[in-house]
Amino acid sequence: MTGRKQTSISYRNSKNKLVYILVCTLSFLSMLPLFFILWEVVSRGYKNFNLQLFTEVAPSSMDAMLAHANNEPIPGGILNGITGSILIVGVAILLTIPLGLLIGIYLSENSQKRFAKLVSYLTDLLQGMPSIVIGIIAYAWVVKPFGGYSALAGSVALTIMMLPMVVRSTEETLKMLPRSYKEAGLALGSSYINVVFKILIPSGFGGIFTGILLSISRVMGETAPLMLTALGATIVNWNVMQPTSAMPLLIWDFYNDPNLVDLIWSTSLLLLIIIFLLNWLAKIVARKWKI
Amino acid sequence: MKDKLFKLLLFVASASVLLLTAGIVYALIGGASQAFGEYGFWEFITNSEWDPRSATEEYGALSFIVGTLFTAFFALLICLLFSLPVALFNGEYFKGTKISSVVGSIVDLLAGIPSIVYGLWGFYMLRPLTIELGINSQGFGIFTASIVLAIMIIPYASSLSSEFLSMVPNNLKEGAYSLGATRIEVIQHVSLPVAGSGIVAAYILALGRALGETMAVTMLIGNTNNIPKGLADTGNTMASIIANQFGEADGIKLSSLIAIGLLLFIITAIINFVAKLIMKHMSRA
Repeated sequence: MTGRKQTSISYRNSKNKLVYILVCTLSFLSMLPLFFILWEVVSRGYKNFNLQLFTEVAPSSMDAMLAHANNEPIPGGILNGITGSILIVGVAILLTIPLGLLIGIYLSENSQKRFAKLVSYLTDLLQGMPSIVIGIIAYAWVVKPFGGYSALAGSVALTIMMLPMVVRSTEETLKMLPRSYKEAGLALGSSYINVVFKILIPSGFGGIFTGILLSISRVMGETAPLMLTALGATIVNWNVMQPTSAMPLLIWDFYNDPNLVDLIWSTSLLLLIIIFLLNWLAKIVARKWKI
Repeated sequence: MKDKLFKLLLFVASASVLLLTAGIVYALIGGASQAFGEYGFWEFITNSEWDPRSATEEYGALSFIVGTLFTAFFALLICLLFSLPVALFNGEYFKGTKISSVVGSIVDLLAGIPSIVYGLWGFYMLRPLTIELGINSQGFGIFTASIVLAIMIIPYASSLSSEFLSMVPNNLKEGAYSLGATRIEVIQHVSLPVAGSGIVAAYILALGRALGETMAVTMLIGNTNNIPKGLADTGNTMASIIANQFGEADGIKLSSLIAIGLLLFIITAIINFVAKLIMKHMSRA
């Protein structure tokens, strides 16, 4: 490049091309971690991915060690984690949906009010809160007053995480609906409550449901808040007031126990399958019920 | 009558968000008061001693504050290197094309992977690699944790910034092209300056994510209670010390951990507020 000015057309063109190549290469590289992670989880997890995984509870460290010594596959599965996740996330969904819908409707209908702006700002604040801090909150609210770790405490933590997402998606979906929908309903003499539940919610169903699905997939793999609240259990538990395991909690247990390491990958594989299925479902719903 | 009740119900539900936030602040301050009362707020955040032995029991948060900032900012730096190209790819070079939606959704899938799975991957794949590279004999530390953290925040930074880049008005870019500018010159002098503050906000939000990330960091940072002196050093972040020691803590130690939680809450709240402020300013301009 000696002798040429920086403004020469060939310099500018090659710089242009160089940046283009760089952008494409780095974008391509950014996709690689996903495939590395998937490969790691699938290639190590498929061996233990069998029916036993769904029908038996996690083995004790002792049993696993004996199986290792005899060169047998580890006995047991993750039934207690699967049922625990269903219980904890299920209760969280029951708590989140009514509250999230009502707040979302309020925000979409009163967006200009000062109070709504405050609520909206606080919703953002909740959304940005680190999950471990939410774990502390649920510990202080539920675990301490009720005198023990419980599935309910875990559900409360997950509810705080899901709520902002459901509120936002409901609010934004309803705001996108044409005003005429609501006006037509009211003009026909329909009551406000009917307009909301018979017109607005059904019309915005796609967006609202997508938001709910995404929020579930978001909390499905949460570990940190559950460590401080649901704690974990070695048995299948359906009592919300008792300590309960969950799939991510089991991964953490297996990770900390050298005898059980074989099970972390099959559990991770199942967790990833569930999360990606939820994401995929959300995409389909969003496409099918597009406004 | 029914309508009035329903409207009241909507209002009450929304008011519960206020209650929720107040409850959060109350619980954190209530839990942290013992530690702040014992050591004083300033003393607590400037003391790097974390000593749980009962004879010399003493708790300070400085090591973890430094550890958190260190990992988060280093992760943000690495993230910038990859997420900005992704944002340009999706928001400028291949805006609205099939390939951009493929790249976009693949990168977005990274956001769906749970933190603990990232931790496992870091432990079994990245850790041996860092040992081989000779960065650290155990493979744990700021370096390993930051790399995984960077991958975790790439989707957050890139999707938001590509959105801001794609919102740059076409006529501005066309004006520059008509003057003979090359594509990179248009990006440099039109797209980036116009979308600039939005992109900054996107990275601030990504930083907020990185500061509060728990499991992956806990599994990789080495969990030592000292101020990390370099990338190869081990340490602890505010989130990882809570995750590690909350279970067996009580008394002043529990209170100190909650105090760290409160600090983390305040920091992320400020970060989110700043990012929202910038974006609001953006949409008005």
